[in-house]
Amino acid sequence: MKTHSIIPLLRKKTLLTLLNKGERKDGRTFNMYRKIEIQTNIIKSAEGSAQVRIGNTIVLTGVKLNLGQPYPDAPDQGVQIVNAELIPLASPSFEPGPPDEDDIELSRVVDRVLRSSETIDLNKLSIIRGKKTWIVYIDIYILNHDGNLFDASVIASVAALLTTKIPKIEIVNENKIKITEEKVDLPIRNLPVSVTFSKIGNHIIVDPCYEEELLSDAMITVGIDSENNICTLQKIKEGCFKPDEILDILKRAINVGSKYREKYLKKLLEKS
Amino acid sequence: MKFIDENGFRKDGRKCDELRPTRISAGVLPNANGSALIEQGGNRIIVAVYGPREIHPRHLARPDRALLRCRYHMAPFSVPERKSPAPSRREIELSKVIREALEPAIFLEEYPRTTIDIFIEVLQADGGTRVASITAASVALAEAGIPMKDLVTAVAIGKINGTIVLDLNHEEDQYGGGDMPIAMMPILNKITLIQADGLFTYDEIKYGLELAKKGIDKLYKIQREALRKIVEVTK
Amino acid sequence: MVIFKKNGSLVYPCSLLAEGNYKTGIGVYRENNRFFSSFLGYFKKDYNNTLNVVPIKSVYVPVVGDIVIGKIIEIGISSWTVDINSPYNGILQLSETISRPIDLVKTDLREILNIGDIIIAKVIVFDLTRDPLLTIKESKLGRVREGYMLELSKEEKLSERKIKDIEEKFKCSIVVGKNKRLLIIPKKNEKALSAIEYIIKNIERGRFK
Repeated sequence: MKTHSIIPLLRKKTLLTLLNKGERKDGRTFNMYRKIEIQTNIIKSAEGSAQVRIGNTIVLTGVKLNLGQPYPDAPDQGVQIVNAELIPLASPSFEPGPPDEDDIELSRVVDRVLRSSETIDLNKLSIIRGKKTWIVYIDIYILNHDGNLFDASVIASVAALLTTKIPKIEIVNENKIKITEEKVDLPIRNLPVSVTFSKIGNHIIVDPCYEEELLSDAMITVGIDSENNICTLQKIKEGCFKPDEILDILKRAINVGSKYREKYLKKLLEKS
Repeated sequence: MKFIDENGFRKDGRKCDELRPTRISAGVLPNANGSALIEQGGNRIIVAVYGPREIHPRHLARPDRALLRCRYHMAPFSVPERKSPAPSRREIELSKVIREALEPAIFLEEYPRTTIDIFIEVLQADGGTRVASITAASVALAEAGIPMKDLVTAVAIGKINGTIVLDLNHEEDQYGGGDMPIAMMPILNKITLIQADGLFTYDEIKYGLELAKKGIDKLYKIQREALRKIVEVTK
Repeated sequence: MVIFKKNGSLVYPCSLLAEGNYKTGIGVYRENNRFFSSFLGYFKKDYNNTLNVVPIKSVYVPVVGDIVIGKIIEIGISSWTVDINSPYNGILQLSETISRPIDLVKTDLREILNIGDIIIAKVIVFDLTRDPLLTIKESKLGRVREGYMLELSKEEKLSERKIKDIEEKFKCSIVVGKNKRLLIIPKKNEKALSAIEYIIKNIERGRFK
């Protein structure tokens, strides 16, 4: 539905006037997130799951595990596969069909946030070197699109992984393994977060809602790991950034990111 | 694995702030409106620009500006293990990212209801193909006579053995600690593409941006030289 | 008021041309008080302080009043679609072809103009929101019965004198379309082909500047 993605000029003017005064339409400051809600273990058929709401954006991530073969160039490592889908029920502007460039970009960026920060300790997933390992499938479903799909997907994926349980494996001999009834936590070694920024004119705001995304010339997602290293960067849309805007964005990302990691993710860690 | 020796030289003999030898030829495909071939280290990439031209299907046309479409594709023989010709997820992401890197530089409003198509074929790959593609595509666009605000020039920064270096080749990219492709409109000093994968501190990125600018300034001269040469040939 | 480039010098996209109180012509854009080139081309300053960059290469965008050489590519109910060597196809409506009234039910448009026909037409309406409208009703316009159409790939400026020279030398008549197309209409059959070869050869060598 094309009309959903066209902002009336009058509305554009209103939002820009607010931004020029340092305000946003919902009263947030430029560094504030909307309300974040995280629910875990909602899908019983998945080994791990989490549903995250950032404002009206709703993302559900399911984690499933399978036994399989490791990649030939990483014989003693587990396998991580991330797939994101912007399904049609999430927005009037999504069409049914095979994954397009937006679904693929979202999948690959979330995958890089998890991989570069080594969220899953892939070394601990190997069962028989070169032959058997755990394959972790992280499937991200966008249920409602109101902007900032990247951060919601990252939080949902990390939360789902944190609460994923896998069966304990007993190695009988080099060709035979036994899957026991006992469950252990998926080995996690980092808690990355991502902070997405949107540039509208000269204003750079955190956690854009859908309308703000439509108004923006450019966006950038910054992935930060537990040690405040930058593990991912992805500039999105057709605009540009000045080099000192990028450096300022990185500083803000580290600041804002560590705050919400404290607030939301560490709680999950304590719970499980 | 050691990538930088005690004297600061990389495996291919370069220093940390050195670009691979780069050559760009423009106007290599007679049928295209604009074209360019870039050879950078082991990379060999050809870009064709068709347009502005009529758009099919018609409903995609935008009433106020030209549409920009971009296809990044790797030939099956471009890498050691034959790659399937079907577009991979990586090629789809790179097509988007390259398009978004070039779009800010083009005056799309000059040609409403048309399309400008950029076709990138990687014939031989050796790391940094997306940035080399952007650098060549800018030359092809300018050669096609498409009005631009500036050329777009790109380079990849990386981290090997804990040191930030310029212009990673394939081996350094594969086994190193991170890579950061950056594209800029050099004279306007605007960044049109930035991605990063790996672990970087704030200071490493700051230094990386400065190093990238130096590499980009050198490549910009090579781009202009490629354009100047077409005019010479005409005379 | 400073001009940084000499008239006729080669410039690139984002070459800084001038600073001050100038006017932007073709191929020049302005940021605050500074003027930049948007093309690979030649800098040209007009006497009235208008800065231009003539591009080495560009597509043809129709201008009302232009004489163009077109090729019929589609036939509709009461109009034809004409390829005019531009990203914008021309539309020739029935009312712009023949002065007398036509019975649409009884007339087959193909009898007037068929796919592949070459026409000399004039652009009568064009704004960037829709396709250009053409006419062949004026004198010297219409379907071309005999001749060869040549498409120029570079920004040639064929002077009138040069055209007259070729016309005399090869006994033909040449129509130059604004849309980078030439029509060579032979008066005596054999000579036309050599005229074409001559023109192609010399354009390639850039002799028609």
